[in-house]
Amino acid sequence: MLARIRWGGVPGFVIRRVLLGLIVLIMVSIVVFAATQALPGDPARAILGRSATPQSLAALRLKLHLNQPVFTQYWTWLTGLLRGNLGTSLAAQEPVTTLLRPKLVNSSVLVAVSAILSIPLSIAIGSWAALKREKIFDTLSSNLLLVLAAIPEFVVAVVLVLLLATTVSHVLPAISNIPPGSGPWNYPSALVLPVLTLVIVVAPYVARIVRASMIEVLESDYIEMARLKGLPERTVMIRHALPNALGPVFQVIALNLAYLAGGIVVVEFVFAYAGIGSALRDAVLNHDLPVVQALAMLIAALYVALNLLADVATIMVTPRLRTRL
Amino acid sequence: MIPAAGPDVAAAGVPLETPPVRATSLLRRSLRLWRTRIGVGLVGLLVLLAIVGPFVAPYGQSAPVGAPNALPGGKAALGTDYLGQDVLSRLLDGGRSILITAFIATAAGLIVGVVIGLIAAYARNALDDVLMRAMDVIMAFPQIMLALVAVAVVGAHAWVIVVALALTTVPRIARVARGAALPVVERDFIACAEAMGVPRWRILFVELLPNTLGPLMVEASLRMTYSIAVIAALAFLGLSTDPNGANWGTMIYENQTVLPIQPWGAVAPIIAIALLTMGTGLIGDGIARTAAGIDRSRGGE
Repeated sequence: MLARIRWGGVPGFVIRRVLLGLIVLIMVSIVVFAATQALPGDPARAILGRSATPQSLAALRLKLHLNQPVFTQYWTWLTGLLRGNLGTSLAAQEPVTTLLRPKLVNSSVLVAVSAILSIPLSIAIGSWAALKREKIFDTLSSNLLLVLAAIPEFVVAVVLVLLLATTVSHVLPAISNIPPGSGPWNYPSALVLPVLTLVIVVAPYVARIVRASMIEVLESDYIEMARLKGLPERTVMIRHALPNALGPVFQVIALNLAYLAGGIVVVEFVFAYAGIGSALRDAVLNHDLPVVQALAMLIAALYVALNLLADVATIMVTPRLRTRL
Repeated sequence: MIPAAGPDVAAAGVPLETPPVRATSLLRRSLRLWRTRIGVGLVGLLVLLAIVGPFVAPYGQSAPVGAPNALPGGKAALGTDYLGQDVLSRLLDGGRSILITAFIATAAGLIVGVVIGLIAAYARNALDDVLMRAMDVIMAFPQIMLALVAVAVVGAHAWVIVVALALTTVPRIARVARGAALPVVERDFIACAEAMGVPRWRILFVELLPNTLGPLMVEASLRMTYSIAVIAALAFLGLSTDPNGANWGTMIYENQTVLPIQPWGAVAPIIAIALLTMGTGLIGDGIARTAAGIDRSRGGE
C-alpha cells in the first residue's frame, strides 16, 4: 500500500499524502453517491413522497438519470462534479452551483473570521496557562475551558441570544439576516453572535491542547538550556518553545476548522444565517438530494484537504519528525 | 464539541507506553479527583431525572394546561410553552430518548471500533492499511453531517440516528484503539502468547484489550458527550424522531422564538443539556488525568 512506500524526504511525503487524500476522496464520492442515489429503493419516491403521481415519478427518474445503469449514473455525476456542474436543485429549480455560491461565500467569511479570532486567542490562553502552571490564571482558565468545551454549540448560541439579543439585553440582533446579493462584511453586527458562538466552541479545545503541548516543551532540556544561557523569557517562549509546541496544535487546528464546517450547520440555523449550513438543513428537510450530495462532497473534500495541510505543516515545523522521513 | 484529536497528535511526540490498567481500578482512582466526582454527580442527577421524570411529571407531555407562554407560577411550576404545554412535565419527559439513543449509539460504535482498531494494530499488514483508510473515509464526514444525510435519505427514525451516530463513532474509537495497541503488539508477552499457540481472538481480547483500556475509556466518555450533543442538535434542527414528543433539543427549538416572553421553555432544557454534557466532559477529563498520572508514575520507576 501507499503508506508503506518509503520514498524519501519531504516531497515524497507530500506526494504520498496527496495520493492518499485523492483515494479517500474517490471513496467518499462513491459513498455519497451510493447513499443518496444508488440505494435500494426508489430515490424518486423518497424525494416526492408517497402521494406522487406515476407521471411525476417517471419525469424525476429521467431527470436524475435513474433509468441508466448505476455506473453510468455515477460517472455522469462525478464528471459533472469535476466540471463544476452539480446538477439542479429539486426544491429551487436552479443549478446547485448558482444556489450555493453566495451561501458558500457567507459561510467562508463566518468560518474565516472565527478562525482568525479563535486561533491566536487560544494559543495565547494556552501558552499563558502553561507558563503560569498551577497558578490562579491556569486553574481558572483550565476549569472554565473544560466546562465550555463540553457544551454543545446550539446551547452556547441560544444562551448568547438570551444574554445579548433578547431577554437580558438587546445589544445585538438575534437574527443574522444577510440579504441575497450582499456580502456579510456589510453587516458586521450580524456576524458578531455567530462568530462569538464559534469562537467559544472552538477556542477551549485548541487552548487545552496548546497548554498540554507547551508544558511538555517547557519541561524539555533545550528550553532549560536556553534559559541557562540567560536568554530573556520572551525570546525563550517565542523563539524556542512556541514553534515546537505548535506541531500537535496544527493537527487540532485542522480538525477544528473541519469541525467548523460541520458545526456551522447548527450555528447558522440558530441565527438564520444564509450559509451552506442552513442550506444543508433545508435540503435535508426538503429531500433535495442534489444539494445534499453537493454539500456532503464539499464538506468532506474540505476535511481531507485540511488534514493534508495539517500533516504537511506538522512535518514542516517539527524537525525531529522531518529527519525520520 | 470538537472531534477529539486522533492518535496522530500523540504520534507527533514520543509514543506513549500504555501500562496495563484495570478498568475498575482506573475508575476508582479517578474518583479521587473532585472533577470526576462532580461529573458523576451531574450525570447521575440527569440520568435519574430522565428515568424517574416521566413517572413524576405532573401533566402529560402534550397536555394543554393553560394559556401559551405563561410565566412560572400557579399550576405550572416552570410556566407553559408556546403551545400551552407544561414546561416542567416536558423537561421531565424529554431526557430519556436522548440518553437511550446516545448510550446505544456510543456502545455500538465502541464495540465495533475496538474490534477494528485491535485487528488493524495486530495485523500490521495490508489489512491495517485497508481498515484505517476505510476509517478515514468515514472520518471525512462530520458527525452531524453524516446523521443529516442519513435522515435525508432514509427518514428520521430512531434506528437511523443510532446507526449514523454509531458509524461515525467507530473510526474515532478505532484510531484510538489502534494507537494504544500498536506499542503493546511489539511487547514480549504478545510474542510469548503467539509462541504458546494462544488463539488469535484470545490474544486480541484477553492480552491486547486490557492494555488499551485507559485511552479507550477517555475516548468513550468523549464520544458519549458528542453523541448526546449530536442527538440533541438533530432534534434542535427539527429532525427528532417524534416531532410532537418532548425532547430537550426540540424544546429549545420550539421555544427559542418566545425567549423574550417566557424564557423558561428554552432555558430549562438548555440547563439540562449543558449540565449533562459538562458531567460527561468532567468524567472524561478525570479519567484522562488519572490514566496520565499512572503513565507518569510508571515512567519514573
